[in-house]
Amino acid sequence: MPTFSLTDLVKEQLLAVQDYSLLAGRSIGNVFTRPRYVADTLLQADMIGVGSLPIVVLTGFFTGAVLALQTSSTLQQFGSLSLTGQLVSLSMVRELGPVLTGLMVAGRNSSGMASELGSMEVTEQIDAMRAMGVDPSKKLVTPRVVATVVMLFFLSIISDLVGLAGGFMISYLLLGLDANQYWTTAYQSLRFGDVFMGLTKPMLFGYIIATIGCYYGLSAKGGTQGVGRATTQAVVAASVLILVSDFFLTRLLMGFFHY
Amino acid sequence: MMSTPSLPAERSDDPAVRDGQPVIEFDHVALGFDQPVLEDISFKLPSGETKILMGVAGTGKTLTLKLALGLLKPDSGRIEVLGEEVSSMREQDLFSLRRQIGMVFQESALFDSLTVEENVAYRLIEETGHVTDEIHARVLEALRFVELEHTVRLFPAELSGGMRRRVAIARAIITQPKVLLYDSPTGGLDPVTSDRIIELIVKQRDVYQTSSLMVTHRLQDAFTMASHYFDREQNKMVPVADGATRDVHTKFLMYRDGKVIFEGTATELLQDNDDYVREYLS
Repeated sequence: MPTFSLTDLVKEQLLAVQDYSLLAGRSIGNVFTRPRYVADTLLQADMIGVGSLPIVVLTGFFTGAVLALQTSSTLQQFGSLSLTGQLVSLSMVRELGPVLTGLMVAGRNSSGMASELGSMEVTEQIDAMRAMGVDPSKKLVTPRVVATVVMLFFLSIISDLVGLAGGFMISYLLLGLDANQYWTTAYQSLRFGDVFMGLTKPMLFGYIIATIGCYYGLSAKGGTQGVGRATTQAVVAASVLILVSDFFLTRLLMGFFHY
Repeated sequence: MMSTPSLPAERSDDPAVRDGQPVIEFDHVALGFDQPVLEDISFKLPSGETKILMGVAGTGKTLTLKLALGLLKPDSGRIEVLGEEVSSMREQDLFSLRRQIGMVFQESALFDSLTVEENVAYRLIEETGHVTDEIHARVLEALRFVELEHTVRLFPAELSGGMRRRVAIARAIITQPKVLLYDSPTGGLDPVTSDRIIELIVKQRDVYQTSSLMVTHRLQDAFTMASHYFDREQNKMVPVADGATRDVHTKFLMYRDGKVIFEGTATELLQDNDDYVREYLS
């Protein structure tokens, strides 16, 4: 009967971190070397960007709406209902837009990448690719990383916008706020640091989603069960990493912009 | 044996085939995972020769092919392929070498989201980015070689196991590689389909003189290869006549417990007195 060894476990985890770091680093390095798989990148951008649009729009809209709804009662107690636009705007742009979009795309695409590459791994298609002289990190990983980073950037902007629209719908229809007042406070409250923070985060989250999805896919072992396990692990790891990195990046940028 | 369709022109003499240098050389190679699998493997594959690798399951035959391709690194020993030491090369440097080698995987390993044409043309598309008229013509030629011209627009899932194996052969030979590696190309197939695939391998051996390393469990396939040649006039595989001295450039290699226990011709294998070899052949 195999015995549990703490040393082996630590070694295994360190090896996994090393393998992930190498894959993540190579995915960036490949951008600067030939061949570049432009068609594959565009295909992935379509699948990740356009494909994720419905869930991102729905999530963003209802998050903005519920944010306005939940905060209105508190703001009303202090006679500051007119600040609803500002609150929705800052929350969506700085935090909820990028994070919720990241989590949604992680659930949809990190799992998709892990299962697709995992299936290729267990059926020797990755070995076949290497055997034919094609680098899987260039052909499979880099297009997914580039496409996810770029598309998550734009998806977050869309999420912010529809979130503001959701908040406006509640403010205008239920709370009776003036439309001009809502949009003016929402727009004027945003500073450069807020927008910078809101646009930096999705790029980091996109990188995490794609590299984690590809890493777990390419490390899949043990047939269809292994692919299923890789898929689950990819979603969990990507989601946790998004939330953890969000905290540290927020702290860093808040320090940088003197919040 | 069934006849095969007309042949494309023979490949012009390749320097690697002419000069008789080994195209693959294993020198005291060892590899293990939790336990040792290959312990002390040494052999040479001269250019133009086919070596049939035999042994019971788990003796490291497939690992040998993956080591030759540089898909795995040995724990110790040296592996040279086409004059390059693959055991010490970086992954990035191996890609150009691998383009000169064809590999037929045990389960075909076709890309299931690509059509047969895209699978066969995979290496060529890498260079151009898309299927050009010239690539399409070469795909048809390769598919004609394996008698599957009509499957060009189909997906691998629409093919039978034997057809997938033949498409994998077409994919491996389309660039006319200097070395071919076959991993149980007839494994799990019916005798008729197996014969057809062996005929294709013999055709590749005799018409293009491609050096190859073939793993097989089927003794019948191994001895068919050692006792038949491809007759271009009859356009089919025929047995070497009794008493004839035709060299079919095919030798055997047998593994046992991670070591080579036999290397030689079919005749030498049949005359070998080793108990294990006798048992394996019986």
